[in-house]
Amino acid sequence: MRAGVIVFPGVNCEHDVVHAIEALGGEAELVWHRDTDLSGLDGVVLPGGFAHGDALRTGAIARFSPAMSEVERLAGEGSPVLGICNGWQMLCEAGLLPGAHIANRDLSFICRFVDTEVATTDTILTRSAEVGQRLRIPLNSYEGNWVDPTGTGRVALRYVDDPNGSQDRAAAISNEAGNVAGIMPHPERAIDDLLGSTDGNVLLESFLGSLVPA
Amino acid sequence: MKVTVTIDRRPEIADPEGTTVKKALHELGFTDTVSVRMDRVIHLEIDSDDPVEVKARVEEMCKQLLANPVLEDFEVHVDA
Repeated sequence: MRAGVIVFPGVNCEHDVVHAIEALGGEAELVWHRDTDLSGLDGVVLPGGFAHGDALRTGAIARFSPAMSEVERLAGEGSPVLGICNGWQMLCEAGLLPGAHIANRDLSFICRFVDTEVATTDTILTRSAEVGQRLRIPLNSYEGNWVDPTGTGRVALRYVDDPNGSQDRAAAISNEAGNVAGIMPHPERAIDDLLGSTDGNVLLESFLGSLVPA
Repeated sequence: MKVTVTIDRRPEIADPEGTTVKKALHELGFTDTVSVRMDRVIHLEIDSDDPVEVKARVEEMCKQLLANPVLEDFEVHVDA
């Protein structure tokens, strides 16, 4: 089983994601955003960063990258698709997840550990966790304030506090099928005691456990 | 032809930047400021002489990229 980590110009967490997956015994490879054939991959991660310098809106330009049509295909086939931070913003812009992101309520760039609580285990991000489990993960974003006028997003993780104004205190959501998920904090930065937390591992294990041969 | 696109965040969607600017205006004494919305204006130049075609083209640009239908409404004005 092999996950692809898509590299868009301006993302900066792709190597951390590959490292975190490999540290858990999984296999991952970097995929350039102009690649149009992801047929050897069983799932994908859209990593965090600032694709295209956040021009126009976060994720607005990345969603038109050639690789995104393959991401849409994988999502439609039920394969796991995970967007982290900027990756979640891209999935919203692409219409693969409901809602959109606006500036944090207090207009601050938030860069600190936050406490989250698992709201459902019925997603590729949380299936190895337990409902109510507390996870301490670093948040690192300016536009983490998720709004969903449709009310159709399924909240997978909730902030214990309300750091950014995100609707329903959503720190992570999924689509109705549970195979496409977006998370604002960075699980790949909470995988070792040296980093201050290992709570990201259960989320990445959930993702890896969701990979089935394509 | 020159085209002006205004992209307004829907009234029901929060605008944290506008809220902050409103607070600053109040602190400066402009306490009659009821609301501030930080909307966006985009100026384009399109290689065409047909205003009807240009308007339709730019509206299509708005639908595909320039505006986010979850958050925003847009208006296309073809300049005379």
